[in-house]
Amino acid sequence: MTIAELSKNVEDGRCVLKFSGNLTILRVRRISEQLAGIDAEEMVVDLSEVERMDTVGAWLVHKLERDRGARIVGATEDQQLLIEHVAEADQPIKVKRDSEPALTRVLGEVGEATQTAIGTLYGLLGFFGALLISSANVIRHPRRFRLNAVVQQFEVVGVHALGIIGLMSFLVGIVIAQQGAVQLRQFGAEIYTINLIGRSSLKELGVLMTAIMVAGRSGSAFAAQLGSMKLNEEIDAMRTIGVSPMEALVIPRVLATVLLMPLLGFYAAVIAIVGGGLFCWYSLDIPPVTFVQRVREVVPLTDLWQTLIKAPVFGMIIATAGCFQGMQVEGNAESVGLRTTTAVVQGIFLVIVLDAFFAVFFTEIGWL
Amino acid sequence: MAEPEPVIEVRDLRNSFGEQVVHDGLDLDVRRGEIFGVVGGSGTGKSVLMRSIIGLQTPDAGEITVFGEPMIGRDEEEAKHVRRRWGVLFQGGALFSTLTVAENIQVPIKEYYPGIDQNLLDEIAAYKTAMSGLGSDAAAKFPSELSGGMRKRAGIARALALDPELLFLDEPTAGLDPIGAAAFDQLILELRDALGLTVFLITHDLDTLYAICDRIAVLADRKVVALGTIKELLALDHEWIQEYFNGPRGRAAATIAEREEASA
Repeated sequence: MTIAELSKNVEDGRCVLKFSGNLTILRVRRISEQLAGIDAEEMVVDLSEVERMDTVGAWLVHKLERDRGARIVGATEDQQLLIEHVAEADQPIKVKRDSEPALTRVLGEVGEATQTAIGTLYGLLGFFGALLISSANVIRHPRRFRLNAVVQQFEVVGVHALGIIGLMSFLVGIVIAQQGAVQLRQFGAEIYTINLIGRSSLKELGVLMTAIMVAGRSGSAFAAQLGSMKLNEEIDAMRTIGVSPMEALVIPRVLATVLLMPLLGFYAAVIAIVGGGLFCWYSLDIPPVTFVQRVREVVPLTDLWQTLIKAPVFGMIIATAGCFQGMQVEGNAESVGLRTTTAVVQGIFLVIVLDAFFAVFFTEIGWL
Repeated sequence: MAEPEPVIEVRDLRNSFGEQVVHDGLDLDVRRGEIFGVVGGSGTGKSVLMRSIIGLQTPDAGEITVFGEPMIGRDEEEAKHVRRRWGVLFQGGALFSTLTVAENIQVPIKEYYPGIDQNLLDEIAAYKTAMSGLGSDAAAKFPSELSGGMRKRAGIARALALDPELLFLDEPTAGLDPIGAAAFDQLILELRDALGLTVFLITHDLDTLYAICDRIAVLADRKVVALGTIKELLALDHEWIQEYFNGPRGRAAATIAEREEASA
């Protein structure tokens, strides 16, 4: 069914290639391999026994004609037409994108990444500034404040997150208690497990874990929502109608996150303490009354202030990063995914960096 | 002359989404080598009909035969065999956004005929883009870098990648400027003649209907209410058809078509 006959040197230096059967894409691999091995000055391509030919077959024949000056005989009218049609489409076409040598490409990529990083930081600051200006405008014209949108975001960012944040904090509390108890038992200081649970939950872990969860849940959702609205030209439509996307979309989301983060962080800390307390009761035989008593003695009020100060800042960072990345979406669906990922990574990264600053700061002012 | 064999046969098709019945008792035949237009008001299930035929939507009841092979209840492997004999152009082009146009064209070829030399693949992608009327630098571009009209042409190029016998087009001229739309009509006609295609075409474009469709099916009331050449349809006394073809836009398209016929 492939090249049936290959009668060489029928006349001096002349080679007759006789195709038969189906000259289609199905056979093209073997045929082109066979053709590569043929070397002749003058070529005749006989198509008289070809049953079916598609454009790929026609392309092969056309290439023989073009590159090796082959003469085509025995083609039916349709086949002749097809070959002509393919020949017409034989134009210089650039198929590949220009490629660069490896070294310059790597250097280029490093440079581009640096530029993007700086650009993103700059853009984020700019976005934050725009947010502040819009907020000031809303404060000056309170009628433009969208209470409904904010309340709706309360539900999405806060209420819907209660279950997962509660479960996570509960488990974290148990893990700290368990790990702490194992270590402290070696010194006979199991009672200090309560200090560990109470202080670390209220001061650090509650708010930090909440921030990570909110970044994963809401930061990503903000980026994806605004990103698809941007792709869909909804944001442009808003602007033309005269609605500021900043006021209608960004402020409600940021405000809701800022207001709810302290509540969620406090809630997470309390649940973590409950989880740790249950573990102490079950495993260390510390009754709940004693546990609560001890927590009240060892956890200073400044720990709570720390959480309540840090939480809104974290919320602001997460929501701003999410909305900023969403607004940066351009072009295609891939960009939405990319920006969503960036929003989460950026949010969590900035939260942890700021948390370190806060730790140093609070130590300096004596909130040990 | 004997009637050419049907490429697509639809019998007693029924489609519904919940309470809403889209098709009920729909019959349809598409003959080999014709450009078959499907028209109908919004929501009459033109796209659903196409999706049923190409197997993206499983109908509630009915029979669909393509190339003489029943399509409903086929398993994936068997359906693949038929699938390589048709190409589909979706409304927005539906090009894979992470691949260049040339790579888009090579996707079906690589899927069905693995092991073809990359140089040959590039040559194939090059002449397919040229055949679809794209410029010389379009093949290396990503879909997001193309205009709407070019994206449709690239979609056609991908649909033609496997040299299909049957081409499904979902509103190919929607969103194109009149010059682009006319050029696209011409392209479809040329490809049909050159490659011997059968074309199943959903359209709202009256110019397209006049210019290239051999037969037209009108969808209304959950079935095909009329089927024939445009002249046959015009002779029918059906309210929607009269309104559709004899409305202000319909008359304008008819005048142009007559003028072109006269000059030819």
